[in-house]
Amino acid sequence: MKILVAVKRVLDYNVKIRVKPDHSDVDLTNVKMAMNPFCEIAVEEAVRLKEKGVASEVIVATVGPKAAQEQLRTALALGADRAVHVETDERVESLGAAKALAKIVEEEQPGLVILGKQAIDTDNNQTGQMLAALTGLPQGTFASEVVVENDTAKVTREVDGGLQTVSLTLPAIVTTDLRLNEPRYAKLPDIMKAKKKPMDVKTPADLGIEVASKVTLVKVEPPAERQGGVKVGSVDELVDKLKNEAKVL
Amino acid sequence: MSILVLAEHHDGALAGATAHVVAAAQQIGGDIDVLVAGEGVSAIAEAAARLGGVSKVRVADHAAYAHLLAEPTAALIAELAGDYSHVLATASTTGKNVLPRVAALKDVAQISEIIAVESADTFKRPIYAGNAIATVQSEDALKVITVRATGFDAVGESGSASIEAVDFVADNTQSTFVKEALAQSDRPELGAAKVVISGGRGMGSGDNFTLLEGIADKLGAAIGASRAAVDAGFVPNDMQVGQTGKIVAPDLYIAVGISGAIQHLAGMKDSKVIVAINKDEEAPIFQVADYGLVADLFEAVPELEQQL
Repeated sequence: MKILVAVKRVLDYNVKIRVKPDHSDVDLTNVKMAMNPFCEIAVEEAVRLKEKGVASEVIVATVGPKAAQEQLRTALALGADRAVHVETDERVESLGAAKALAKIVEEEQPGLVILGKQAIDTDNNQTGQMLAALTGLPQGTFASEVVVENDTAKVTREVDGGLQTVSLTLPAIVTTDLRLNEPRYAKLPDIMKAKKKPMDVKTPADLGIEVASKVTLVKVEPPAERQGGVKVGSVDELVDKLKNEAKVL
Repeated sequence: MSILVLAEHHDGALAGATAHVVAAAQQIGGDIDVLVAGEGVSAIAEAAARLGGVSKVRVADHAAYAHLLAEPTAALIAELAGDYSHVLATASTTGKNVLPRVAALKDVAQISEIIAVESADTFKRPIYAGNAIATVQSEDALKVITVRATGFDAVGESGSASIEAVDFVADNTQSTFVKEALAQSDRPELGAAKVVISGGRGMGSGDNFTLLEGIADKLGAAIGASRAAVDAGFVPNDMQVGQTGKIVAPDLYIAVGISGAIQHLAGMKDSKVIVAINKDEEAPIFQVADYGLVADLFEAVPELEQQL
């Protein structure tokens, strides 16, 4: 079967962000961008399923500006076979991305679709669930283990109290949690080979969809700064401050 | 306006977080109905009816809703959504699993993890691991929203709402529950505890987490962990505090052997008082800590326990 993986270009997770002085958004000029860490885990899982002989082909897709092709190439270097880029300069929120991905699911008919559980920029945690709803497929979110047997996927999910296992009929949508796997690094020869792998570029109009969101960003502010704290010299002093100054003990 | 709140429940009891979501609903304004879905949930429905400000509790008690699997639960809420202007749930793994599916079924956006209500269509929510706060406005006719419980004070138990049954049964042939492995703990729930003590990579091993137990017992605290401690296998992942784990905002947060990476701070920096115990005085955790102690945790923690 085919596996479709969605990836997103985001600010590198180590970068400390700056809010624009006019509070219109976060400043993304001249900052390092990378593949969203949860998407790396999704690509890795798909490639492992291919290595096990479960999947025959891994297709990677993204929705976003031209620059996002860099992240598709990264996924190709990690082992994906071909890429689909839905190119748009609009601000795409989860529903728009899910609509674009739903069209690709319809076209490619994958047996499994893997996404990250959330993107570390918007922190939405929505796209996989929305894609499942739009395609009418079952969902296995926050997956820490995926076992494909015949026409079902057994997905172990990280839930608040511990772990929950569900069985889904394929095709299904899975979103990855951090502990699903340890993503590999791309090797230089694979990065070179990835440049020759096929990349299909489409627009939302080609797919017959609108990606614009009805949610507008009114403003973005830095969070309230915490008051600078003090260093204490001993446990005695710490307990004293907690009792008498902070009054939390 | 009328608002539907999905009740969160575990082990036959209404989860405390639901009272926080009802508080957010009160700030939006309008009639508030609570939906209790599950199997054998009559006691939970009665508890929900006592929540202040709730007009009506709608109960979908059927095997189809056991374990609140996303497919039937989302179909149920989508079926009921026509009567409401807002659908709210707590930003727990249940709310996060179900609500985006509801939103897409109704062809509307979802607004995740709000921390403040500006008006009936405008909300504040953290983005970039809590390093920026976005104000967003929705033009959708139906607003589907998850609520970060720590952003709102819980409503009291002063209500006496009516309870009515929902007949709709979603049929689900796509997903089945297999099993659950829940971590056992006698301590308060991490998300609701007044005091949290967390250990990081500096703890060195899982056995050393017992060092924190004495303090946790004395303070009635929950024990948390950083991702490093979870990844190293010291403790199970449901103890993780951070962007990808639980978000906590207790009165007192004690970080032991935790450096304070952005992703960890995202989960705890709204705590009222933060204490850091770390032997590296350059550790970023000291920039957010109200009280920092530069010391070897293996000496400082037992001493702290003794003095409490």
